[in-house]
Amino acid sequence: MKKIDRTKLTLGIAAPVLAIVAALVITSVIILATGKDPLHAYAVMVDFGSKSDSQVWIINKAVPYYLSALAVAIGFRMNLFNIGVDGQYRIAAFFAAVVGGALTLPGFLQIPLIIIVAMLVGSVWAGIAGVLKTTRGVSEVITTIMLNSIAAAVIGYFLQEGRLAVKDGNLFHTPNIPASSHFFTIPTQPDPLDGFLVVAAVVGLAYWFVLGRTRFGFDLRTVGRSESAAQAGGVSVKRMVITSMLLSGAAAGLIGMPTLLGVSHNYGTDFPVGIGFTGIAIALLGRNHPLGMAAGALLWGFLERTGTQLEFEDYEQEIVGVMQGVIVLCVVIAYEVVRRYGLRIQQRKVGEELAAQARKTDKAEVSA
Amino acid sequence: MRRVTKIAAAGIASAALACSLTACGESSTEAAGKNKGVGLAFDVGGRDDHSFNEAAARGTDKAEKELGVKSKLMTAKNGETEADREQRLTSLAEAGFNPVIGVGFNYGNSINKVAKKFPKTTFAVVDSASTAKNVYGINFAENEGSYLAGVAAALKTKTKKVGFIGGVNNALIQKFQAGFEQGVKDTDPKVKVTSQYLYANDDKGFNDPAAAKGKAKGMLDDGKDVIYSAAGQSGAGAIEMVAGKKGAWAIGVDSDQYEQPGLAKYKDQILTSVVKNVDVAVYDVIKSVKDGKPLTGTVHLTLKQDGVSLATSGGHIDDLKDELDAAKKRIVDGKVKVAENPAK
Repeated sequence: MKKIDRTKLTLGIAAPVLAIVAALVITSVIILATGKDPLHAYAVMVDFGSKSDSQVWIINKAVPYYLSALAVAIGFRMNLFNIGVDGQYRIAAFFAAVVGGALTLPGFLQIPLIIIVAMLVGSVWAGIAGVLKTTRGVSEVITTIMLNSIAAAVIGYFLQEGRLAVKDGNLFHTPNIPASSHFFTIPTQPDPLDGFLVVAAVVGLAYWFVLGRTRFGFDLRTVGRSESAAQAGGVSVKRMVITSMLLSGAAAGLIGMPTLLGVSHNYGTDFPVGIGFTGIAIALLGRNHPLGMAAGALLWGFLERTGTQLEFEDYEQEIVGVMQGVIVLCVVIAYEVVRRYGLRIQQRKVGEELAAQARKTDKAEVSA
Repeated sequence: MRRVTKIAAAGIASAALACSLTACGESSTEAAGKNKGVGLAFDVGGRDDHSFNEAAARGTDKAEKELGVKSKLMTAKNGETEADREQRLTSLAEAGFNPVIGVGFNYGNSINKVAKKFPKTTFAVVDSASTAKNVYGINFAENEGSYLAGVAAALKTKTKKVGFIGGVNNALIQKFQAGFEQGVKDTDPKVKVTSQYLYANDDKGFNDPAAAKGKAKGMLDDGKDVIYSAAGQSGAGAIEMVAGKKGAWAIGVDSDQYEQPGLAKYKDQILTSVVKNVDVAVYDVIKSVKDGKPLTGTVHLTLKQDGVSLATSGGHIDDLKDELDAAKKRIVDGKVKVAENPAK
């Protein structure tokens, strides 16, 4: 019994170690191919990335990434590929900004209101894909990616002067939300940490608890593993699809909130896009695990922070993008390789045990 | 095993957090150096977009040659956040570059914010206003230049149908659209203008030549024979497509695209370009810093000050010279007021 645990432990450590080593080797080769020194690049990254303002920057940057990864992971755990997180968070943030800009309530009322609007809009947008899947059997991959375009078009229509936006220089944006609705920050030197970090941690905890410790979570994971088995076990697959799309969309609605409540205070033509796609990479990287994804989000922030610094050392700007891609591939491949290796060990062991048993019975028969 | 990874991850995360909270380690801003020259931050598409960014790069090249300053060029990625832009500008200022120039309205907020942290550095931003005292905001009357392009298009079209392709449907690109539409209408009300955008609100519209190519194909198939695209790097796609159809004309933007080596293959069908003299403005800022009299405040460069103009290289619009000069005079004299917002 104890021996199996040790193999498991080795295999568990082997996967991330293998991924890191492989990623480092591949990126080093690529940097060498561009005629530069990879070790110097890593030294620059570690040195710059560990500066105090870099730490703050990385954490603040990781917050929306983490929320995005959670939104994607809820779908992943159920075998649903929600590519539409990008459109969901944008349209959610847009309407939340419109509501926030139109009202002047005390902060303790308005902040929750803005967040709730965002979560509702996000889940409605994701829910459309859920309903289409359960009633018409349309793949959520197709619908969510199309809903991304529709979301962009809807925002584009309303984000014009005279509709829901105001013109400010060469930008259009929704009216600013009042100062009372700015989210709190955690004072650190030299820059403050975004208070939404707390929300992200709570959502991460809720994700872990609901999926890992409740019956609902068990049902959800069961549907993800095998729909027919879940159905036979009395789980309504349709209901699970809708519910998880709604949850995924609600989580997606939170992604734009750190930016809206903490940085821009409005939704403008310069509102960040594409975080939903980054979330897919981070969910893969973190293997849908709440802590794994947190580490992934921080790693992403670290790479983006230090990438700019590499440019000053005359490395190519694209190096960081290459690193990010290589890391995701290495993680996915390493875990698969280790899983297969583990499976083989297990099979061999079971085979040996069976053979031993067979020998024993043979002996017993002979002696009988 | 899972417990071990969990504990390790939690440990690392909380250590990192604790470290930030107590602000251990020095801040990266504490290590600054001496003046290293010009720091230029491009919009998406980068230096070789044959259009907007390249105009800024030309100004910097000229300054390097004539003033002997050095430069560092950096480029924005798609889907950036304010934090990314602030970091790029901060890094440039921190490294000792002066002036630091943001090319594109996306840098508007971030440059004014970062400038406050570096009061001794001069900042400049193209297509946005200055709100800090060490920032020079450079704006252009794109609508006036585009008006002249509209006049040329209306006079050149044989099918009486012309098209406008915008990269992203934002306030800036709408100025191009508004001017172009008005120019066409004032010249020949019978000519129909169709204006379309590549993206509603994703700055990918400025570096997606394939999308512009598709849009241009649609317009050509529909019989439009003059197509004006204001879409940064994407515009090259539209020009390429137009050049594939005999008798059709493309109108370029920001740089004189007839003179762009990268577009030389298509130049016989580049009618003209609405030139934004970003290069001149950028050079002026660099020179002002070098001379110790840094420019500040917001300027609005119009047709009158030659901030915008219509390129004549190739000689394709030489036959329209009289009409174009007259139109220009009307705008300069204030007889025609060119709208900034497209008529709804």
